[in-house]
Amino acid sequence: MKDVVFPDWDPNVVLELWHVTKRFGGLTAVGDVSFKIKKGEIFALIGPNGAGKTTIFNLITGVYALTEGRVIFNGTVVGQGEDIIKDDIRETAVHPIHKKPYEIMSRGMARTFQNIRLFKSETVYNNVLTACHANADYNIFQSLWRLKVGPKWLTKYYYQEKALREKTEELLKFMGIWQYKDMIAVNLPYGQQRKLEIARALATDPKLLLLDEPAAGMNPEETQVLMGLIREIRDRFDLTVLIIEHHMDLVMNVSDRVFVLNFGKPLAEGTPAEIQQNPEVIEAYLGKEEDADVNA
Amino acid sequence: MFSWYYIEGILIQSCYTLLIVLGLSILTGYTGMFSFGHAGFVCIGAYVSVICTMSFGLPYWLALIIAGLVSMLLGAGLGKITLGLKGDYFCIATLGVGEAIRLVFNNLQLSWKVGGKDFLLDGAKGIASIPLHTTFLSALIIVAFFLTATALLMKSKHGRNMLAVREDELAAQMSGINTFRSKMLAMCMSALYAGIAGGMLAHYFGYLQPKMFLMTKSTEYTIMVIFGGMGSITGSVLGTVLLCALPELLRAVGDWRLVFYGLAVIIIMIVRPKGLMGGKELPVDKLFSAIGRLFGGKKKDLPPDSGAASGEGAQT
Ligand SMILES: Nc1ncnc2c1ncn2[C@@H]1O[C@H](COP(=O)(O)OP(=O)(O)OP(=O)(O)O)[C@@H](O)[C@H]1O
Ligand SMILES: [Mg+2]
Repeated sequence: MKDVVFPDWDPNVVLELWHVTKRFGGLTAVGDVSFKIKKGEIFALIGPNGAGKTTIFNLITGVYALTEGRVIFNGTVVGQGEDIIKDDIRETAVHPIHKKPYEIMSRGMARTFQNIRLFKSETVYNNVLTACHANADYNIFQSLWRLKVGPKWLTKYYYQEKALREKTEELLKFMGIWQYKDMIAVNLPYGQQRKLEIARALATDPKLLLLDEPAAGMNPEETQVLMGLIREIRDRFDLTVLIIEHHMDLVMNVSDRVFVLNFGKPLAEGTPAEIQQNPEVIEAYLGKEEDADVNA
Repeated sequence: MFSWYYIEGILIQSCYTLLIVLGLSILTGYTGMFSFGHAGFVCIGAYVSVICTMSFGLPYWLALIIAGLVSMLLGAGLGKITLGLKGDYFCIATLGVGEAIRLVFNNLQLSWKVGGKDFLLDGAKGIASIPLHTTFLSALIIVAFFLTATALLMKSKHGRNMLAVREDELAAQMSGINTFRSKMLAMCMSALYAGIAGGMLAHYFGYLQPKMFLMTKSTEYTIMVIFGGMGSITGSVLGTVLLCALPELLRAVGDWRLVFYGLAVIIIMIVRPKGLMGGKELPVDKLFSAIGRLFGGKKKDLPPDSGAASGEGAQT
């Protein structure tokens, strides 16, 4: 199927959600959410439990089909529901678009999961090496010739695989988990598993990195370090980051803009300072969060 | 009792069974999809190869290639329909197709004439007096070729993608891996291997009957993969050779051999729940260099970059 492309797309916008709605039967998990993420920013998606944050990730990455609305990545529609709300006029019976997840991801997205999903029984090294696959295009016959010598079309495996291995090493060292490279992924300490998942995501050369609660299960110090690391990743790999956080205070000093979701509905959008002062957010979210913190 | 003729028979059987198990290992051990209809692909391969040699007078090697390709085509078609299905449904679909193939040949009564020669497919009665082309040497060469090719392929990105599908399909997709394509490749390869092995089998026994491809055969192949250890080539080799030889060695104890066979499998699964090799490989390269040193040390003066050339050296 041909891509639906917007020719006059603003190159500074990486991702746009346009009146996105997702219903599971009678439950509206995400209701009419719209936002634009600009190139190079760290955009935080926050909200209490069950607000629909992970569902939004699944809609962006094509795991779920949209019920309504549109997801546009770098000017190309990657997901479209049956209905579209256009300037308060409802266009019905639009041709729905549901691209395969791998197609969407290979356009330059990568993600991590709230409940870590590694290639469990493989080594740390192979987890990242596997995700580097897009940088090698040797076919099954070329993979049988392992030597450096030979005509160019035959030695593809040697040179490409060498590049993959260099990249894997670089990523593991950058994330500080090189010393664990021969360990089976599932045996890693929890915090390192989260790092490995980020390393694996970076291995696909993404332009947009989606992180689903990367600090879940970490203590405050570890979280602080991780937030610093996320900034470093953004700068070094020239990325745009969409990060989900459950705890609002954590993202306040790392993110450039914050989008607040409550019961699947958009509540507020702005800079961290604006969000912290927004009375609605304080009422619906911060107040509750403070109680939770006092109890904890 | 253990004459060379007898041992050679076991070895030839081990060879083509190994080819089937190797293919199944790609599908089950590496990609994580259980097929209980693999005997169906072997059956197709056997019949196609026999038609090629007996009716069309083609040479044995060409018959094997055609048998493999036809089986692969069938595998691709089946994959196209069923690979979208979740694990259990895929399993049932393969079981159904495997049995269906056998039943088709069980009921097929066809005869035709090519170049003045009559050829008859006679349902359950099968085909007799097939030329005995499969020798131990040819079987060994074929298996060694596919063994090497498979080992290399599984260590490439194609093999890693298959493993990723087995480990976590969603995470694989989210890493941009076309999981359907990986599964399709696994399916096609395992069907190809089974088809070729079918041709070898037919030209070893000298006769064919549909009842040689019962569902229990498919189960046996899967047991061999699991017994050797999922995701291990050397494990599949060990599993196949042991489980092929075991019933023969136990022939002395008569009908009890089936009990011992079952017992051996159960004990292994208790002692080593992940199979003999548990997903690891025997260090074959070390073994070879040790053998090399034993025989006059000729292998010692390998070029210094031979390690790097194997693709492994780049890792360090
Ligand atoms: N596949 C599904 N089928 C039915 N309901 C679903 C499905 N996925 C999510 N939901 C529902 O959608 C709502 C939003 O879930 P989601 O996981 O997106 O929340 P979240 O904001 O990520 O919460 P948390 O902070 O707990 O991770 C929840 O009520 C959830 O039960
Ligand atoms: Mg969530």
